[in-house]
Amino acid sequence: MSTPILQIDQLRKAFGGLVAVNTVSFAVAEGELLGLIGPNGSGKTTTMNLISGALVPTSGEVRLDGKKISGASPAAISGAGIARTFQLVRVLPGMTVIENVMAGAVFSRARLWGRAAEARAVELLARVGLEERAHLPLSAMTYIDQKRVELARALAANPRVLLLDEWLAGLNPTELNQAIDLLRGIHREGMTIVMVEHVMDAIRSLCSRCVVMNLGTKIAEGGTDAVLSDRNVMEAYLGVE
Amino acid sequence: MEILVTGLLLGGTYALIALGLTLQYGVARMMNLSTGETLVAGCFAAWLLFTVAGINPIFGLLVVAPLGFVLNGMIYLGLLRPLVNRAKNAGMLEVDSILATFGLLFLFEGVMQLAFGGSFFNYQFLAVPFQLLGSSYAMNRIVAFAAAAVIAGLLCLFLYRTRFGTAVRAVAVDPQAARLVGINVNLVAAFAFALGGAITACGGALLSTFYTFTATMGAVFTMKALIIVIMGGVGDVRGAVVAALILGIMETLVASLIDPGLTLAATYGLFIAVLLFRPQGIFGGKAG
Amino acid sequence: MKRSEIQGLGLAAVLLAAAALLPFLTEGFYLTLALNLAIYVALCTAWTLFSGPTHLVSLATAAFFGVGTYAVAIGIDFLPFPLLILCGGLAGALFATVIGAATLRLSGVYFVIFTLGLAELTRQIIAYLQTKVFGSMGLFVMTDHTEGDLFLYLVGLIGLIFATGWLIGRSRLGFALRVIGNDELVARHFGIKVARTKIILFAVSGAFIGMAGAILAPRYAYIEPQAAFNPTMSFMVVIMALLGGTRRLWGPLVGVVPFTLLSDFVSANFPDHINIVIGLAFLGIVYLLPDGVTGALEKLMQRRGGSTPTGDVR
Repeated sequence: MSTPILQIDQLRKAFGGLVAVNTVSFAVAEGELLGLIGPNGSGKTTTMNLISGALVPTSGEVRLDGKKISGASPAAISGAGIARTFQLVRVLPGMTVIENVMAGAVFSRARLWGRAAEARAVELLARVGLEERAHLPLSAMTYIDQKRVELARALAANPRVLLLDEWLAGLNPTELNQAIDLLRGIHREGMTIVMVEHVMDAIRSLCSRCVVMNLGTKIAEGGTDAVLSDRNVMEAYLGVE
Repeated sequence: MEILVTGLLLGGTYALIALGLTLQYGVARMMNLSTGETLVAGCFAAWLLFTVAGINPIFGLLVVAPLGFVLNGMIYLGLLRPLVNRAKNAGMLEVDSILATFGLLFLFEGVMQLAFGGSFFNYQFLAVPFQLLGSSYAMNRIVAFAAAAVIAGLLCLFLYRTRFGTAVRAVAVDPQAARLVGINVNLVAAFAFALGGAITACGGALLSTFYTFTATMGAVFTMKALIIVIMGGVGDVRGAVVAALILGIMETLVASLIDPGLTLAATYGLFIAVLLFRPQGIFGGKAG
Repeated sequence: MKRSEIQGLGLAAVLLAAAALLPFLTEGFYLTLALNLAIYVALCTAWTLFSGPTHLVSLATAAFFGVGTYAVAIGIDFLPFPLLILCGGLAGALFATVIGAATLRLSGVYFVIFTLGLAELTRQIIAYLQTKVFGSMGLFVMTDHTEGDLFLYLVGLIGLIFATGWLIGRSRLGFALRVIGNDELVARHFGIKVARTKIILFAVSGAFIGMAGAILAPRYAYIEPQAAFNPTMSFMVVIMALLGGTRRLWGPLVGVVPFTLLSDFVSANFPDHINIVIGLAFLGIVYLLPDGVTGALEKLMQRRGGSTPTGDVR
């Protein structure tokens, strides 16, 4: 591919003796929706944390548009254009829904304030289907609605790359379909997305390409169908027969 | 050279209050700002035992330690455990425990002020010179250091050679994991807090043998203990001892060579330096 | 602006104007009392500017107050008093920036511990400099300013502090503080430079405290380190602010009046008991009034009204 928008280059993270991410490399093209999958404990979320700046790599680099972002603070990386959702939803409990979304727009790459920020927040809340509830406090929201707030907040940051950390977890079938449609729509508008997921149906229907990790190492990369029928991948998930 | 030895002797006694706080903060996760008051209470208890009952402070430790244990145990169970139960997150708990123990600091200081007045106390115990490495030092300082070393040694034996001691260390490292392997974290935390108080009280008793003390000096010693614990790496026993010795040497150095009025400034300077360049302390793992 | 905001501003203006009339109406005992109250209103409100949103208990108040006092003591023979007040503010801000840069990047505990000894440390250093370098124990401050003058300056300062608090609340800085107060990790991930935000706020708070110290320098004809840097002041400010409640900027006002009266009473009649009173006050705050009087009242009113709060959160 031509210069990928996001390049993970020999990324490694060790916590003392435990190597959580072991020399992982892959690239994400602009406008792509890449799936990052693997069994529990494979290092997917750690990789997300390394990209978003929550963790600093032990060695290796993360590059956005060819420029190194690894090692910088999360605030700087946000300014460069990375936004994310969190595995355990982290909404701001003391603020209203619209304030939560505005929080994404004010200090990040979007840099909006006042009426402009509010307007953008309203626009994004409509996008995720929450326009009626803009002025409610977070305590009044269901889990899936809180996830939608998180997504709107991440979009409000006007990111170059959106990181979704198991955003589809814990949804019933109806909610899941709605969520998949929502993501498909956002992707169609041109957003580059990296999704860590366990829900295989979603991966199959959304991602054209996947990277598979197991025990910190990348064990497969390629088209979704090919990867999911790969012997190594099946063994990783199901254990050796 | 004399300064070095005097400083070490002083540092050895400091080590006890630092060890006490390390247990309380490292295991029970309570930043106990009233630890200095426990120390001063230990001073007064030893003084009372000596002047009223004629009991030698070293034997007096057998009374002072359990008193410190019980007192701090009651503080933990009665005052601090309810805060743990009602805190919504770690940050709130920290603020609450700091404010609560700060209140205790004033309360205990006020009570001791009323009981003993504001004057300075000391008593003569083994105040004879002793020849060591060519210079003479006060015998009481040497004995205090030796006793402190013994207590610290016993603590290490407990922590590293007994089952319960290992449980204490486990809770200091990771309470969640400790719970998962069946350790009664609540019991261990309460015990560690109480034990920390006992050791601090012993430190006070030993300090009183050579240091002129007063009811209002608790806050200064709390500061010193806090600085030592942070310098040594929170929760690290070796670090606390090493940092205590360093502080003792540094204080003696500054007092002898520069100006006795600048000891606190020097201590602070050291503290700032540690915060700026190695916030996790000498032996610490994670920073801040 | 919402109607309630306009009402609030109007009320504040009226109160300030009324306060400003005081020196023309009374002298002596009541003016001195008003001055003492005004000092603590200024200090507690400035303290709450920072420690309210961040939940970091700063015990550095006496240190910033002292540098403000010393700014005047040093410059009184060379510069006009109003300019020196600004210098005091600058000194407080600089001092706060240095302290903040050193300690605010780390966990809150280190910050509290560090500020605990700060007043004592500054006092020791200045006492050393005074005696060894300048040869005298203190500095003389001779001015014509009466208590009434000082009171008016303080009223002005109080107005300035509230105005600043109000402006911050409406600004990006205030919004950043609210996000930080809710979830620091999220704040970082959406572009907020957390340490820098806290340091700026700490500097603003320190500036106002320094200005208060500067304003009060003429009160003591002779400035000595132990008078200027009095650690008890730091503790008093914390108690009064927490007692009143730090969720709202005007919360501490509620704590200042009763506690100033109480501590004056105790100091006069039971001077050896003051520490016990302070200790009980802290314990009372933690166990009985964690959000202060205003916080408790607000919670009561919310339960009656049935709504949920969306203001600053703990």
